Formats: sequence, C-alpha cells, structure tokens
Amino acid sequence: MEATLFYILAAVTLFGTLCAITARQAVRAIVYLVTSFFALALIFYLLGAPLVAAFEVIIYAGAIMVLFLFVIMMLELGSPEKLPKPHLSDWWPALLLMGAVVGSVVVIAAARHPAAVPGFTEITARQFSQTLFTRYGVAVEVISMQLLFALVGALYLGRRR
Amino acid sequence: MSVPLYHVLILASILFAMGLACVVAWRANVIMMLIGIEIMLNAVMLVFVGGSAHWAIADGQLFALMLMALTSAEVSLALAMVVYLHRRKQSVNTDDFDSMKG
Repeated sequence: MEATLFYILAAVTLFGTLCAITARQAVRAIVYLVTSFFALALIFYLLGAPLVAAFEVIIYAGAIMVLFLFVIMMLELGSPEKLPKPHLSDWWPALLLMGAVVGSVVVIAAARHPAAVPGFTEITARQFSQTLFTRYGVAVEVISMQLLFALVGALYLGRRR
Repeated sequence: MSVPLYHVLILASILFAMGLACVVAWRANVIMMLIGIEIMLNAVMLVFVGGSAHWAIADGQLFALMLMALTSAEVSLALAMVVYLHRRKQSVNTDDFDSMKG
C-alpha cells in the first residue's frame, strides 16, 4: 500500500517538475513546482521523516516559492514576452545531458537485482532533535551566522540609492 | 514501507537531471536558472532522507535541514541580486550582464 503510494507520488513529482521546466511563463513554473514539492514532502513523510516533510512544505513550498512569486510580480515579469525563452536549439544540450543521466541510471537499474530489503525505519522528532543539538550544535551556530550574513547581504543589495 | 533504496536513488537522479536540464536550457533567464538549482537541491535532499531512512540514522535528515537553511540563504541573496540587476539594466537576461564595470 505504502509502496504503491510512493510510486504514485514519484510520478506526480516527476510530472510536476517536467511541466515546471517546460512552462512558458515563470508563474506557471512556480505553481507546478509547488505541486511537485508537496508530493516530495509526502515522499519524505513516507520515508520516515515527518519533520523534514513539514519543513519542506513550510520553507520550500511556503516561503521560497512565494519569494520567487513576489520577485516575479514586483519586476512585472509575469507576461511571457518579458522573459527570454529558450530556442529549440537551446534544448538539445539539456536533452543530451538528461538522456545521458537517465540512460546510465536505467542501465545500472537493469543490471542489478537486489534482494528483498528491510523496510525503512521512522526517525522520531526526539531522536532528530537530540542528534541536532548534541552532535551538531556547532553546525547550528554556523548556519545561524550564515542566515544573518544572507540577511545583511540582501538588505545591502536591496536598498535604494 | 518496503521500497528499495535504489528506487529512491533513481527518483533522485532523474529529478537532478531535470534540474540540470532546466539550468542548461534556460541559461538566458536568471529566474528559471534559480528554479533549476532549487530542483537539484531537492533531489540531493531526497538522497539524504532516503539514506537516513535506510540506515536508521538521524544524520541524513539533519543534513537535509541544513541544506534547507543553506537554500533559503542562497535564494534570498540571489533574488536580491536579481532585483538589483533588474533595477540597473531593466532586464533579467544573462546576456545583458556581460560587462565587469562597476
């Protein structure tokens, strides 16, 4: 049951991302990408990471994509003629790269017949927080400094002169 | 759940390839390039979470969280830079930003 759900969500994620990267307008690409991120958040939940799933919805689909939408609307880039579209000739290196990656993945997957794997184990919020604040306390401090620097840099770049 | 780990890895690598294709195909448009980078970072997060679930260690999920913090910092700076460049040249086309004059 959960495995079926995983494959359905994987298909939704891939289809949403495909629609996003081929969309003609940036706003549509953002909306498709939000759909794809919601499906990805459910995949995270199925993989036993409820906290990461919640953060994916809150930070990615909620904050970062809305930031993109704000910038697109503030700069009035919503109309398709404002944004440069890729020509057909721009797509072939992308298709070549994607074909190489997907082809090698298919070859590797066809050559391997893995034995039955044990199911995934869920990691509770308690384990998560204990590891976060005991083993990786320094990393939390470094990340907080990085966010502060990003805030100052964004303020500096965004001021009117 | 009984999905093999390598199916998760296949999904993540296809997502990464899509993000890479987005960056390469839309290389004239700064905003779509940033979206491609977002897709690639999400694929990396999927690999971290899948590994964390497979070996039952919380570290992978922590790195996914740190990646999220890194991405939000990166996106806020990059979009501030897009607004700044648009204010200077009235364009988000990368071909217009070819001079290094201050």
